[in-house]
Amino acid sequence: MEALHEKKLQFLELMTNRLRQEVIRIVSGAGSGHIAGPLDTAEIFTSMYFHVLQHDPKHPHWAHRDRMVVSCGHYCPMFYATLAHAGYFKVEELKTLRRIDSRLQGHPHRNALPGLETTSGPLGSGVSQAAGMALAARLDRKKCRVYCLTSDGEHQEGNTWEGIMFAAKHRLSNLTVIVDRNNIQIDGYTEDIMPLEPFRAKYEAFGWHVVEVNGHDIPAFIGAIAEAQAIYEKPTVIIAHTVAARGVSFMERDYLWHSKPFKPGEAEQALKELKAEQEKIAQSHEK
Amino acid sequence: MINPDAQLNPSLFEEDIAQVPTRNGYGEGLVLAGEENPNVVALCADLKESTRVEAFAKKFPERFVEIGVAEQNMATVAAGLGVSGKIPFISSYATFSPGRNWEQIRTTICYNDSNVKIAGHHAGISVGPDGATHQATEDIAMMRALPNMRVIVPCDAIEARKATMAAAHIWGPVYLRFAREKTPVITTDSTPFAPGRIQVLWESKKPEVLVIGAGPILANALFAAHDLEKEKIGTIVVNCHTLKPLDEKGIIALAKRAEAVVTVEEHQITGGLGGAVAEALAKHHPIPIEFVGMHDTFGESGTPSELMEKYGMGVKDILAAIKKVIRRKK
Repeated sequence: MEALHEKKLQFLELMTNRLRQEVIRIVSGAGSGHIAGPLDTAEIFTSMYFHVLQHDPKHPHWAHRDRMVVSCGHYCPMFYATLAHAGYFKVEELKTLRRIDSRLQGHPHRNALPGLETTSGPLGSGVSQAAGMALAARLDRKKCRVYCLTSDGEHQEGNTWEGIMFAAKHRLSNLTVIVDRNNIQIDGYTEDIMPLEPFRAKYEAFGWHVVEVNGHDIPAFIGAIAEAQAIYEKPTVIIAHTVAARGVSFMERDYLWHSKPFKPGEAEQALKELKAEQEKIAQSHEK
Repeated sequence: MINPDAQLNPSLFEEDIAQVPTRNGYGEGLVLAGEENPNVVALCADLKESTRVEAFAKKFPERFVEIGVAEQNMATVAAGLGVSGKIPFISSYATFSPGRNWEQIRTTICYNDSNVKIAGHHAGISVGPDGATHQATEDIAMMRALPNMRVIVPCDAIEARKATMAAAHIWGPVYLRFAREKTPVITTDSTPFAPGRIQVLWESKKPEVLVIGAGPILANALFAAHDLEKEKIGTIVVNCHTLKPLDEKGIIALAKRAEAVVTVEEHQITGGLGGAVAEALAKHHPIPIEFVGMHDTFGESGTPSELMEKYGMGVKDILAAIKKVIRRKK
């Protein structure tokens, strides 16, 4: 992984803003879709696709690519926006999200669109699939790494913990799980619905190396990835603490924005805020 | 009489016919598939011995993955392996896989089009004393309804070996169904096996009924056909090992000769072979049909033969169904 210099950081920060605007536009255009998780993972997706991953958008099936499994398929507005801006398909196509004959299905379908490593949406099956890919890479002596983005809520699924147990057994150090710890799910706050804490201790007890990080701090997140790459004995989980729906003041931290249709004017208001933020990012690096 | 082209076991109607469980054929086929292709891997959920994966595990330890008691994990780990160039075979009892992990199979194997083979063991009521919790009688229906899935039900250990090897060559998800108990070895090494094609095992000169069977229960269908020949009632008995894709063309052609059908399976008639054949006949050639199988009930503990009789899947039940469908022809 290359070093993160100032110019690259500005590029990444501006990209997070651009992707957040894209999410607002395409979800409001589609009339339905998920908001909070996609918005609060802008730094994670940007860091992965524009700095961390060894990949080639022009050759999505390159055998030695790093795999990015998005277990929480409902994050696809951000996932699709990232893939488009990374060059997997034309940005223009984003507006077909959730429409008939579109490659941008309501939840990601592997065979529909280049760049998808799996079909997802039903929660809790990503870690195991990523572990299977990591095991296959080890059997084939490939040096590629497998990353798996999960939501915190899907750690209520037994299948997730089965995968966590499996990866620890096989000491899959080529596997890194990233948890979007935004503390919300459809019905409320995770700790009210079905508590996940002590989250770190659970992963540690299952035999994983744990890194906790501010999920909106790009250098810190990339540092966590670098740490995961340096751990050889066990798989690593990066618990990325995020503010649900980060970037739009009236949505932040409100679980109801997990997924709800925009009222008239709300999308415009959100875009206005994000454009103001864009100016700030541009100026902050000029100082 | 026996169709000579099928090259069946010459001792088919003798008392001392060889009896081997179909799961043994799976174990042998898995090793052969592993020898043929280094990408074949085997996963198991704490049932290595009884699903007969042991031989593969011994021969290819680096390609054997013990998952522990976690069938959902087995399906999803396999899904990841299957999109990474591997050919994973997952093995457990059918009530758990594809029973417990059906959604994982649907989303991460079928919709995802991952090259995973699912071996459902201890299928049918003949599992015996373990009782209904361990007797899968709905697995075919669950698998048959899934897009991208193929379903193969071998009739004996030899066919099980061939089907397992064939599954490794078929690209995409395949469900293979195996039984626990020893059952008659109907076929021989020379018996042709073509996935997706029915195979005529028995053909009388003037067939009045077409008997379509799948799985070890086919032996009972052949015994029934043999008995009826003495009563001058002619039948055709076909092995419909591939339930999906169903050989509709082959079935309809024979149905037109007999003008009545009996289906025979060790599974719920709803959604199983009976359902599949009824759909095909209703579309192309609606004629009387009778169903031998489980009629919307769970099984229980008992010996396999006691259970097959109590739940209406013995030779006498097949005889009764054949005679009943003949009466309905008029």
